[in-house]
Amino acid sequence: MGSAEGIPVTGGFLEQLELAERREDLQSVAEALRDRFKVDHLVYHWVSANGEQYGCGTYDPVWVERYLEKGYLRIDPVIQGCFQRFHPVDWKRLDWSSKAARAFQWDAIAHGVGNQGYSIPIRGPNGQFALFTVNHSCDDEAWAEFTALTRRDMILIAHYFNQKALELEPGRRPEPAQPLSPREIEAMTLLAVGYSRAQVAETLSISEHTLRVYIESARFKLGAMNTTHAVARALSRGLIVV
Amino acid sequence: MIRYIYADQLDAFPLLKRSMFTDRADQFRTRLGWDVAVDAQGEERDEYDGMNPLYVIWERPDGRHGGSMRLLPTVGRCMVNDHFLHLTGGVRIESPLIWECTRFCLSRETGPGAAAALMLAGGEVMQAFGVAHYVGVFDARMVRIYKRIGASPEVLGSQGEGRERVSVGLWEFSAGAHARVSSSAGISAAMSRGWFEAAFGAGEVRVPVAA
Repeated sequence: MGSAEGIPVTGGFLEQLELAERREDLQSVAEALRDRFKVDHLVYHWVSANGEQYGCGTYDPVWVERYLEKGYLRIDPVIQGCFQRFHPVDWKRLDWSSKAARAFQWDAIAHGVGNQGYSIPIRGPNGQFALFTVNHSCDDEAWAEFTALTRRDMILIAHYFNQKALELEPGRRPEPAQPLSPREIEAMTLLAVGYSRAQVAETLSISEHTLRVYIESARFKLGAMNTTHAVARALSRGLIVV
Repeated sequence: MIRYIYADQLDAFPLLKRSMFTDRADQFRTRLGWDVAVDAQGEERDEYDGMNPLYVIWERPDGRHGGSMRLLPTVGRCMVNDHFLHLTGGVRIESPLIWECTRFCLSRETGPGAAAALMLAGGEVMQAFGVAHYVGVFDARMVRIYKRIGASPEVLGSQGEGRERVSVGLWEFSAGAHARVSSSAGISAAMSRGWFEAAFGAGEVRVPVAA
């Protein structure tokens, strides 16, 4: 398992994600992400308000087929524990105590699903619900270390992945991307010309804490993993000019 | 004790639920004079309560509400971005790593540690769920209370005067603040952790590994 820190700004999976034009392209992004995180599986699963399901990821297709056929959606503690929620969930925190849940779990493991999981629920527009999961086989200690290290990266990636999936949903217009506000543009511009955070904060007459929140927000709107990446994206999209 | 309850789970706690919404009416309409909607049962709710927020609630020994706050992700609709952009420098604060904290409420009869207990719980949420910042909406009186318990937000902007003064502010988690707030609340880190695990699972249930 590894961290997504140090992802190159170009040639990475985010670029691959941005270039995806069809749902099938998301499958290869999921595979690339699994390799990046060095985990056994990475899965994206969405349920729309009218119950339509869509998913992609690296589970054995035999398991996916079986999951649907058995109607495991109604038993799976991960779905039960994440639906209508917005906090990330370590599978160990879920209730696996019922007989049905235990049987489901043994079946999953027999089909190559790892014993550890971390799922990020996402509430999209119009009742859309999605789940982004990384899954692996290892001991609790190694898993705790991995999730502590990569949690925030995974939360961001999960949301970027979902935004793309929404864009690619047949017949649906994507939500308009939130443009940067003038204040965020000023902050990104000053960072782009090499100001330190302290200098940017001073120039904009705001505290460094406020600046951190502005940058965090701009980073998300730009679909970036870190500040350098966000600045590069703002430049390449012509949102800032230096 | 502190409870962490999503709106769709509130029905399991009828007394806590009812007393939370009536205490909110008492604080926001009666005491602060805010223009909030109070129903025939004397309960205050707004549209964000309908978006299945996560409530962090201080429950008194008699099972009634002693204080609470309401958490929502900023990536969906939320109060700060819908109504307070003029207090955030025009910046729509939006990130899965920033959650919104609103309707911070203390009941009239609550004990002195309630506000600190809620802030301590806010820290548990940040630490466990990868939340880097809260952006909050709060009344003028809270500025003093937050300061007293050692968890002062950074105020981004304020509007109104006197009782009607409303501010938007930011918090981030630091180990130092956590320790200060723990001490103000008179609640040990272990006890706070225990309440959190009662709500979200202990994370120690062993998942069997395939043979």
